[in-house]
Amino acid sequence: MAEIVIRNLRKEFGDFTAVEGSSFTIGDGEFFMLLGPSGCGKTTTLRMIAGLELPTSGEILIDGEDVTRKPASQRDIAFVFQMFALYPHMNVRRNIAYPLVSQGMPKAQVKAKVAEVARILGIEEILEHPVSGLSGGDRQRVALGRAIVRSPKAFMMDEPIGALDAEFRERMAEELRALHDRMGATTVYVTHDQLEAMQMGDKIVVMNHGVVEQFGTPQEIYDHPATMFVADFIGSPSMNFIRFEGGFRPGDTSVRLAGAEVAVPALREEADGRRLVLGVRPEHVHLTDAADAVLRGRVEAVEYLGTTQIVTLSTVNGPLRARVASSEVVRPGEVAGLAFDARTLSLFDAGTGRAFVTAANEGVHDG
Amino acid sequence: MSAHSITEPSATTKWISGGLVVAYAVVTLIPLLWIVATGFKTPADAISYPPKVVFDPTIEGYVNLFTTRTRVTPEQLESLPPPEGIAEEIVRSYGMVIAGPSRFGERFMNSVVIGFGSTFLSVFLGTLAAYAFSRFKIPLSDDLLFFILSTRMMPPIAVAIPIFLMYRQLGLSDTHLGMILLYTAVNISLAVWLLKGFIDEIPREYEEAALIDGYTRFQAFYKVVLPQAATGIASTAIFCLIFAWNEYAFAVLLTSGTAQTAPPFIPTIIGVGGQDWPAVAAGATLFLLPVLIFTVLLRKHLLRGITFGAVRK
Ligand SMILES: Nc1ncnc2c1ncn2[C@@H]1O[C@H](COP(=O)(O)OP(=O)(O)OP(=O)(O)O)[C@@H](O)[C@H]1O
Ligand SMILES: [Mg+2]
Repeated sequence: MAEIVIRNLRKEFGDFTAVEGSSFTIGDGEFFMLLGPSGCGKTTTLRMIAGLELPTSGEILIDGEDVTRKPASQRDIAFVFQMFALYPHMNVRRNIAYPLVSQGMPKAQVKAKVAEVARILGIEEILEHPVSGLSGGDRQRVALGRAIVRSPKAFMMDEPIGALDAEFRERMAEELRALHDRMGATTVYVTHDQLEAMQMGDKIVVMNHGVVEQFGTPQEIYDHPATMFVADFIGSPSMNFIRFEGGFRPGDTSVRLAGAEVAVPALREEADGRRLVLGVRPEHVHLTDAADAVLRGRVEAVEYLGTTQIVTLSTVNGPLRARVASSEVVRPGEVAGLAFDARTLSLFDAGTGRAFVTAANEGVHDG
Repeated sequence: MSAHSITEPSATTKWISGGLVVAYAVVTLIPLLWIVATGFKTPADAISYPPKVVFDPTIEGYVNLFTTRTRVTPEQLESLPPPEGIAEEIVRSYGMVIAGPSRFGERFMNSVVIGFGSTFLSVFLGTLAAYAFSRFKIPLSDDLLFFILSTRMMPPIAVAIPIFLMYRQLGLSDTHLGMILLYTAVNISLAVWLLKGFIDEIPREYEEAALIDGYTRFQAFYKVVLPQAATGIASTAIFCLIFAWNEYAFAVLLTSGTAQTAPPFIPTIIGVGGQDWPAVAAGATLFLLPVLIFTVLLRKHLLRGITFGAVRK
């Protein structure tokens, strides 16, 4: 059980900055996701928290204690490596028992502990097997067993299901989440899969190029992305960006876009004659022939997904995708009017990619 | 046809390749067999012309290898009690008696101490250095590694004279320690380079897992890295031992008595009326055994290790 506080954490490898001044707090018992594209510094951040890498600057506090300079062995954190890193010269039992042996725990007690963990993970029958012949899922469970056996303060998991095949991943993800809910230990989980992060996480940090783009609950991040990068990275298909030029002042509740007034959440900032981006999720685009249509688009393609369908349209502001119910009849070639849910729109500065503060997202952005 | 007939070679192919391998083995093994055979010949058979392929085996060579003998007058021979054992009998048939053990056993032990001692030291230091080069940021590590390798670019014997003088000054001439240090110095570059390759192949995550599991860096090295590197260590040890065991030039130059190894000693075995070839051959045969046994013992590791980590999974 632990709260982990990260303050201005920074890591340089020579001239290259892998992590730039990250700050976020991982609450006690949270299932915390570190999300970002490949090479953005997720693993580096996780390794610094675990004590496998020394930060260039910044602080790491576990339960209020500054552990920035402490070796890994004194942090009481467990780590599940991407490729599991099971000790190849030991069998399953010895792998799981190894962290206990280092503490000098008596043999009988080790045995009992290992048995208990094996029962929780359902790997009792393979305890005496060598690790080399195990399937991906079993390796994963052994790695988890080694992590949970000594009841550490927190778990670090680096893409723990990334090496498994697709069908197994989902099951393992559920097992992991169930295990966490049962033990309630703080878990930091690295992934580059936004869906996985959304499904499993209590909180998400989205990173890009070593920078924390946003930090919040999955819902906050999905509904109120702090930057265009987050908006684009989260959600599939990703958010539509409608580029236009214009301005607004605080209190405005609409912007002018291609000659139409588009209602938006009340603005809290001002902008003048700037290149702006209106962000709208596909599911918040409605096809309509009524007068409230703000744009018109020609249907280019329809992708059927069961309960919903993704309609790709071309508009004067570029291509746009809408997620509509499958029951709606949409044919390629036809022209439709488009309306947006005002409450759900985001406005970005095209230059910096930052979201403007509105009535909808104020108080959300602190990344 | 069965399912694996596609990859399975045909019977003819097997016979042909088998025959080629046997032929090659015979050609390369003939000198070796010749030495082993000579060890069991009488001195006369050993130098007979044309060479004898079929002969009456005798252990005379081995007896002469392990003993010193003195000639006695026929009367003295008569007065002796009947010979005890086959060795005594052979020696007396030449009109001689066994005067005592030869120096072969001693020289052989010198080879063992120096060969295995320097191998152990090279591999021990080499493993530590290789681990450091592989895992830590060492300033100028590339240059250092190149420097280590460069000590091997010149044939060691090129520096024989300076080493000879240096050893004399330091009192290391003809000492076990001196020879162990010398062979270690020659082998260590090979050891560092080979072992670095092997250790580079071992994922860091294994040690990091151990660090996380509450072990110190040294424990992680000792309990996790070493077992993983066993293959590399075994093959490196064999290479080091083969060099140290067979080294001749320095042994001739720097040892003459106390620390003399078997290679310079064996050719000096003199029998009645010149070189005792069967004894020399017997010595050479015995000399081959330790490396052979060592290699066979480590064979399992060697077969995997020789591919330099390519087959690890
Ligand atoms: N030891 C190192 N020396 C130099 N550069 C490094 C080192 N470790 C990581 N990097 C660099 O730092 C950047 C971030 O690496 P990191 O492994 O944290 O990315 P990641 O987000 O985990 O990516 P992935 O999803 O591919 O695992 C990468 O560009 C990587 O090349
Ligand atoms: Mg990574």
